[in-house]
Amino acid sequence: MRSIRAAAVGAVTMSLALAATACGGGSSSGGGSNDSPKTLTYWASNQGASIAIDKKVLQPELDKFQKQTGIKVKLEVVPWSDLLNRILTATTSGQGPDVLNIGNTWSASLQATGALLPWDAKNFGKIGGKDRFVDSALGSTGAEGKDPAAVPLYSMAYALYYNKAIFADAGISKPPATWAELIADGKKIKAKGKSPLGAEGANVSENIHHVFVFAKQHGADFFTADGKPDFTNPKVVDAVKQYVDLMAKDKVIPTNDAEYAQNQSVSDFAKGKQAMLLWQSAAANLKSQGMSPDKYGIAPVPVQSGTPGTGAQTNSMVAGINLAVFKNTDNIDGATKFVKFMTSDAEQKVLNTAYSSIPPVKGAQSDATFNSASNAVLKQTLATSAAALPQVADESQFETAVGTAVKELFADAAAGRAVTTDSVKAKLEKAQQQMPTK
Amino acid sequence: MTTTTLKEPVRGDSTGAAAPEQRRRPGRIRRIGLPYLLLLPALLLELLVHLVPMVIGIVMSFKELTQFYIRDWGTAPWTGFGNYKVSVDFDAPVGKALLHSFFVTVGFTLLSVGLCWLIGTTAAIYMQDNFRGRGLLRALFLVPYALPVYAAVITWVFMFQHDNGLVNHVLHDQLHITDKRSFWLIGDNSFWALLITHVWKGWPFAFLIVMAGLQNIPKELYEAAALDGAGMLQQIRRITLPSLRPVNQVLVLVLFLWTFNDFNTPYVLFGKAAPEAADLISVHIYQASFVTWNFGTGSAMSVLLLLFLLVVTGVYLVFTSRGRRTGDV
Amino acid sequence: MSDAHVSKSPMAPPSSFLWSRRIFLTLLTGFVLIPVYVMISSSLKPLADVTGQFRWVPSGLTIRPYIDIWSTVPLAKYFMNSLIVSVSATVCSVVVAVFAAYAVSRYNFRGKRVFTVTVLSTQMFPGILFLLPLFLLYVNIGNATGIALFGSRGGLILTYLTFSLPFSIWMLIGYFDSVPRDLDEAALVDGCGPLGALFRIVVPAAIPGIVAVAVYAFMTAWGEVLFASVMTNDATRTLAVGLQGYSTLNDVYWNQIMAASLVVSVPVVAGFLLLQRYLVAGLTAGAVK
Repeated sequence: MRSIRAAAVGAVTMSLALAATACGGGSSSGGGSNDSPKTLTYWASNQGASIAIDKKVLQPELDKFQKQTGIKVKLEVVPWSDLLNRILTATTSGQGPDVLNIGNTWSASLQATGALLPWDAKNFGKIGGKDRFVDSALGSTGAEGKDPAAVPLYSMAYALYYNKAIFADAGISKPPATWAELIADGKKIKAKGKSPLGAEGANVSENIHHVFVFAKQHGADFFTADGKPDFTNPKVVDAVKQYVDLMAKDKVIPTNDAEYAQNQSVSDFAKGKQAMLLWQSAAANLKSQGMSPDKYGIAPVPVQSGTPGTGAQTNSMVAGINLAVFKNTDNIDGATKFVKFMTSDAEQKVLNTAYSSIPPVKGAQSDATFNSASNAVLKQTLATSAAALPQVADESQFETAVGTAVKELFADAAAGRAVTTDSVKAKLEKAQQQMPTK
Repeated sequence: MTTTTLKEPVRGDSTGAAAPEQRRRPGRIRRIGLPYLLLLPALLLELLVHLVPMVIGIVMSFKELTQFYIRDWGTAPWTGFGNYKVSVDFDAPVGKALLHSFFVTVGFTLLSVGLCWLIGTTAAIYMQDNFRGRGLLRALFLVPYALPVYAAVITWVFMFQHDNGLVNHVLHDQLHITDKRSFWLIGDNSFWALLITHVWKGWPFAFLIVMAGLQNIPKELYEAAALDGAGMLQQIRRITLPSLRPVNQVLVLVLFLWTFNDFNTPYVLFGKAAPEAADLISVHIYQASFVTWNFGTGSAMSVLLLLFLLVVTGVYLVFTSRGRRTGDV
Repeated sequence: MSDAHVSKSPMAPPSSFLWSRRIFLTLLTGFVLIPVYVMISSSLKPLADVTGQFRWVPSGLTIRPYIDIWSTVPLAKYFMNSLIVSVSATVCSVVVAVFAAYAVSRYNFRGKRVFTVTVLSTQMFPGILFLLPLFLLYVNIGNATGIALFGSRGGLILTYLTFSLPFSIWMLIGYFDSVPRDLDEAALVDGCGPLGALFRIVVPAAIPGIVAVAVYAFMTAWGEVLFASVMTNDATRTLAVGLQGYSTLNDVYWNQIMAASLVVSVPVVAGFLLLQRYLVAGLTAGAVK
């Protein structure tokens, strides 16, 4: 008797669930409508020092947009900790914003879900054409050969931040341009009792950004041309080892940094404990930690030899934020207008100035505001020597698998265990096996 | 009261719909329908928030639900037991990692539940008698429980730091127990960091529940035992612990289930990529589903977990309910 | 406090007991308080000092973080959201659980075992996997009926009250079972209905259990992060999630996190102080016999 009842309960529940499933999964219909032309919902990522500051930056611009078009934009600044999950649930349910910011490295993964409006020539035409944007930024908007899933909004690049006083004290006259120089300078700095370079060893994304650049410098890629993972390629192994060796062998990164994941290396730099920092757009951050801009200098990230450029001379990833339109929007014209507004030269100047990033829009980039010494380095890097992270649908898995491998290698180095070519290869092999097989 | 309801079995399914009873005499409806009526709100809520999503989760586990299909997952292809095969193929990396994570979780859960229960019960028993400052201590002990998880765990992150943390400051600089600073947030020690953090946050709950449970033990029992010459320890063994059994039965079980499925502590402590030594299964499943966007495999892992916990719970209930009121349906 | 009759142990505790108690409680207090002390001292430091080498005695103090917390993140709004959601969820959860537990404890009916076991089994599925299905369900209910469950406080209240139900029901069954049946049967004879017996006899006798369950239900709603992070928006975001706003991509405002956590925990602890009278009152020898 009891089991019959249990089965009955099960059946009822099951049928309810199936009903839910049947109508679940969001709307499958294609691209958007114009049912509510007067409002838009916009999810902004947290770019400024706090969510409150973001609102202060964005709201006046949205008001401007409303004055121009009569469309009211409802702004929500979504913290980074929630943004991807929010996008995923929005994708699954079809219930999301009209326009949203995405991290540019997510572009290809999100593109694969089909939740974002593809920017074909026609759509680009509505916002003034594709050639308004800088090429390197466009390289990080989706898989190659497909219409971009988003348009670039803010661009950033890595640079070498160095403490002028520590450099002077250690007798270093100019920032290192190659890794060999950096290691040599590191010895001088250590002699003065400071730590040479910081890293966020336990931060999966930071690790990826750095080993990606090292791989480029070794002339290798993490993925083959047809998008298959190739992590155990000897050149990739060498590249990863070179990065971890900065701690394990060259000892320019203190072992302590192996556990950093909360931007502690930035604090160390701001407090003058540490001479150098590889970071993207650290200016605002350093200021809030009490380090004034005249205390540090900015130089391009070192390369193996020579000067930064393309290919093996790459010295940064293309970091940045893209602006995407959610396919299920019920105000597709308004959404496009809003993208046009946000990527207009005037708005680009305002927004990128506020966030100390570089405009990915050519017309705005040439503005005098972005010609300061610090911005010049970033601009130069973006224009000539930055490369986009692999634009593959499995990017997210790649970040997790390889980023974790590097984190574990740092942990080994910190614990005093040897980091050898074999141990690096073993970790990368494990990472590769975790990638989807298709 | 109870005997009357037994005489007249209720028809209709056991989900508690009182509707089929409406044609009967009002008095009888009230008597027979009442328990179902009382259960109805709980049942509806459970159905909406727990059961239906759980079944959807089980359905998901049979689908290939990757990022290519999540937008319209009606179209995701069925994979049969494909997701399960991947999860339990212990020779392949995914299965191996899952198995490792499973053992870590079991070890962590047993230790954490044991410690939480032991500390909570001991504290509750010690604080049964009134003494000066008892009220203050009681409130104090609830502080870890009252703090938002994020804040509590981030504080421990702060204390476990290698260079700047309090733990190394005390162990190394002040007590000289370790000859060099240890890493707590990476490497093998991370297991202990996780355990300490979790116990710190979790034991007040056991304390709270046991403390409330102690209030229901009639004083006469102690008095009688004291007259028999039973000492403090014997009173605890013969009266306190047996009387707490029903409370403990549920308490230990839910502590076990929650600890096993706890996500927040490891996630805030270690982020998306937990060190191998502290790779709890919930973070593992989170990685499989939300980070790598393979909800099918993530669901399959969850279902396996559900089956395991069902078995454990079943065995546990059979063993602990012996002699209690179990046969009454 | 009027619990002299509860606390009077029938036998004066031996001194070994008193000593072991002193030692145990001192150690435990230390374990509990050290992180709390770290929070307090860190919350009083400027940001640049927080990340420095730990010192028991801070070198410089500032109350700046306690001022900044209100502007970095709309803390007051999050606090109100959390309060509304948690209190509503607690009240509803306790009421629903009391009814259900009373039914299970006092009646025999078909499906009782299935009910209790099913309710318990919901604790076995990792919350992570509920998230997506539940969200889908809410969205579909919203589309079908126009009741906005996701993004609203109502949906969150519904979710949280159900989260705490299984444990609450199980606990209360235990507490109700320990209330002698003669009591409510006597009440029934006296002409109270079943509900009268429940509210006049059983509930008052099980107050400590109910308070414990209420505290639990409140904390469940108060601290939940994962579901709140996807089911709320700017207007309805709760504290547990909102606190993460102090750690942005580039900055982690350690001192403000600590300050905000302390500020928001004060009312909770104070509320508990008020409640704990009931936690230890309840069944006394006189009431039972």
